[in-house]
Amino acid sequence: MNPRRKRKVRAVVLLTVALLLAGALVYTSFSAATEAATPSQLVTAADAGRSYELTGKVVDGSVERRGDDGLRFAVRDRTGQTAIPVVYSGVVPDPFREGREVIVEGRVRGGTLMADRDSLVTKCPSKFSEQKGSPSS
Amino acid sequence: MAAVGSACLFVGLLTAVYAVGAALYGALTARRRWIDSSRYAMYALAGLVVTAFGLLEVAYLTSDLSFRIVTQSSSADTPTFYKITGMWSTQEGSLLLWVLLLSIFSAAALRATRRTMRETVPYATAVLGGIAIFFLALSVFAESPFTTFAIPPAQGNGLNPLLRHPAMMIHPPMLYSGYVGFSIPFAFAIGALITRRTGADWIRATRRFALIAWTFLGFGVMLGALWSYSELGWGGYWAWDPVENASLMPWLTGTAFLHSVMVQEKRGMLKVWNVSLIVTTFVLALLGTFLVRSGILSSIHAFGASTLGAPFLAFIATVLVGSVVLVLVRLPDLRSEARLDSLVSRESVFVLNNLVLVGVCFVIFWGTFFPLISEAVTGTESSVGPPWFNQYVTPLALVLVLLAGIGPVIAWRRATLANLRRAFLVPVALAAATLLALLVLTPAAESVPSLIMFTLTGFVLAVVGQELWRGVGARRAMAGESPPVALGRLVARNRRRYGGYVVHAGIALLFLGVAASSAFVDQRDVRLRPGQTTEVGAYEVTYREPTARFLDDRSGTGAPITFGAVIDVQHLNGGERFTLDPARNYYAAGDGSGPMGTFGRFFQGESTTEVDVRWGVRRDFWMAVQPDLRALIAPIKEANRRFADLPGDAQTLVLAAIVDGYRRDPPPATFRTLVSPMIAWIWIGGGVMLLGALLALWPTTGARERRVTSVYAARLGRELSRA
Repeated sequence: MNPRRKRKVRAVVLLTVALLLAGALVYTSFSAATEAATPSQLVTAADAGRSYELTGKVVDGSVERRGDDGLRFAVRDRTGQTAIPVVYSGVVPDPFREGREVIVEGRVRGGTLMADRDSLVTKCPSKFSEQKGSPSS
Repeated sequence: MAAVGSACLFVGLLTAVYAVGAALYGALTARRRWIDSSRYAMYALAGLVVTAFGLLEVAYLTSDLSFRIVTQSSSADTPTFYKITGMWSTQEGSLLLWVLLLSIFSAAALRATRRTMRETVPYATAVLGGIAIFFLALSVFAESPFTTFAIPPAQGNGLNPLLRHPAMMIHPPMLYSGYVGFSIPFAFAIGALITRRTGADWIRATRRFALIAWTFLGFGVMLGALWSYSELGWGGYWAWDPVENASLMPWLTGTAFLHSVMVQEKRGMLKVWNVSLIVTTFVLALLGTFLVRSGILSSIHAFGASTLGAPFLAFIATVLVGSVVLVLVRLPDLRSEARLDSLVSRESVFVLNNLVLVGVCFVIFWGTFFPLISEAVTGTESSVGPPWFNQYVTPLALVLVLLAGIGPVIAWRRATLANLRRAFLVPVALAAATLLALLVLTPAAESVPSLIMFTLTGFVLAVVGQELWRGVGARRAMAGESPPVALGRLVARNRRRYGGYVVHAGIALLFLGVAASSAFVDQRDVRLRPGQTTEVGAYEVTYREPTARFLDDRSGTGAPITFGAVIDVQHLNGGERFTLDPARNYYAAGDGSGPMGTFGRFFQGESTTEVDVRWGVRRDFWMAVQPDLRALIAPIKEANRRFADLPGDAQTLVLAAIVDGYRRDPPPATFRTLVSPMIAWIWIGGGVMLLGALLALWPTTGARERRVTSVYAARLGRELSRA
């Protein structure tokens, strides 16, 4: 092969690999993704068996401990009162409290979000809302 | 004081505007004095910003509550260390920190290049000044750190308890130094493009700054991971959180840049690639600064929607579009001076390593911004989790570690069979022996990616070891030095090269820790009463007794109440035996008017996990506790009823009694226990990388003289041969 042809072949191979990788990336990200939802969206329409990422605020007075490391609480819309109960187990982040904004992942069964273990994320409280946290969890 | 500070920033803004004007005017009219003047203006800017920063630090140290940001993130009873560092936990303070670092880096870079690169420097000055104008304008007009209250509040909020950890306080300045440091090579790259001086001059002039930025950024990321592991109660060090990812992305492209510029220095190739990489790195650094503040992605870090979104996005877009247009216009000047001779050569390994690094960066970028992408495409916001990231990053990381072993020793241009045999025979044999030993002696085969990573670690360490061995051997043969002396001199004379080797050994060790700890961790969440025992991995864990401390916090965070547990741990086959003391700190909130009343408020504020870890090179034993406070509700209610009207001192006694009640009549507590094999090697590897980077950075006075003499010697030789 002459050098020019060789370079062309290399470029085509490289581009093909890059395109395949990019294609896989796009495909897997769309199929593996968890849909974000608000409490009112989940209450009105939730596919059984589908995983959702629920965001909202913890309803005042709803937090209740169960068993070993279980937790029951309700999450309501950021603005609004529609709420959905959540059953959770695993690590409770330090800033978790009633009235705070949380993100939790899980599947809806019988009108309750059965959360995945350790999936609870709590946003920093409003008192420190203007604070910079850290780029590490 | 606030007025002086504001004035400093405002005059600083004018100075930066002047510096940009003077630099451009000087460059266009070729007037040296204007160019010098612009440099002096940048020095003055650094002085002004340092003054403003110093004033703000004084306000923090003296807890001057007339400053709004002091009230937000500090208080009179905050420990001194956290007073000093509280500034950059606020948006205003962190912007000022950005400007401070930028002005210092710029002054240092302009001073270092004051007698070289006469054409490029003025444009680089203008770019740096332009960046400073943007951040100063934000500080002056939108987010002034010197906003004051006419009537100061009685007390400050104090620093967010979660941030009260030493690593967390050094982490932001390190990260920012990294972000800001990349603006130097970026500015010089733009200057080189404008003046068509697209050789390796701009790379040589800013190489040290790129390496400094890379070192700081990497160190900052490591500190963040360490904080996550030892302060947050979940036991991990990396969660693919958007803000973590944002700090990793510029580090990855920066790593690629540090490698690919060597190809341009040596062979005059990859010019377009190098300018594109540094532009990407700088844009990602800006994006990293912006993401923390924007609230556009769901993250524990994205604290509320900030007002800075629009100006930041406009600035990032300007930088990106401007740079891309400039690169396109200058494409004819960026042609390669050489062609790739062979696929089996150092150039091609570097290209491959660049592609993989940029590939990792792209994967992370896609995953991080997927919520925005999916909303744009499908209309619903969705996100991808850690398994998605791991599925791509794991194989790419394996390839990277393999290349980290091949790259430093394969020949430039075209590697011959003899070269390959000499460089890789021993390392490959050692890697094979490692693999065999792992298969026979350990259960490592249970995780194939980990097994491959262990083997590759062996390979990289063998490559580095062989290089050191050969170098020492050569010096001993030539100069008859003893081995330690030979090793010291070998490294000291070739700091960049051996620093690089040490960094590669460090990254191999780091991935050794990642592979071992993620595949072979034993985790257990369990609820225990005092006296109860459970098993975790090969250990027996006993909850001996609860602890309750009042106004006696050991970790120096200033927490008034701490509940903990004394845990006895014993290895199942006898032998190892130790005690751990995980705890949880409680901070007060409100003024007692809430539902839990005067005494309840002390338990209603923030609470933070105080993890206890038994560190070890073989394994870490990590433990966190979550006390169950429901048993305290009754005593608190009773105290509210009976003692709410007592004076402060007496109330303190009552509170102490409530706290002690937890110890006397302990409820069960929930524990998370992790036995992570070799996780310490992540931090050890990070430390080794830092050491290697410092080695490569250490100024060599001797080297410069030698280079000059060798240039003279070569010229003399040429002339003699001609004569």
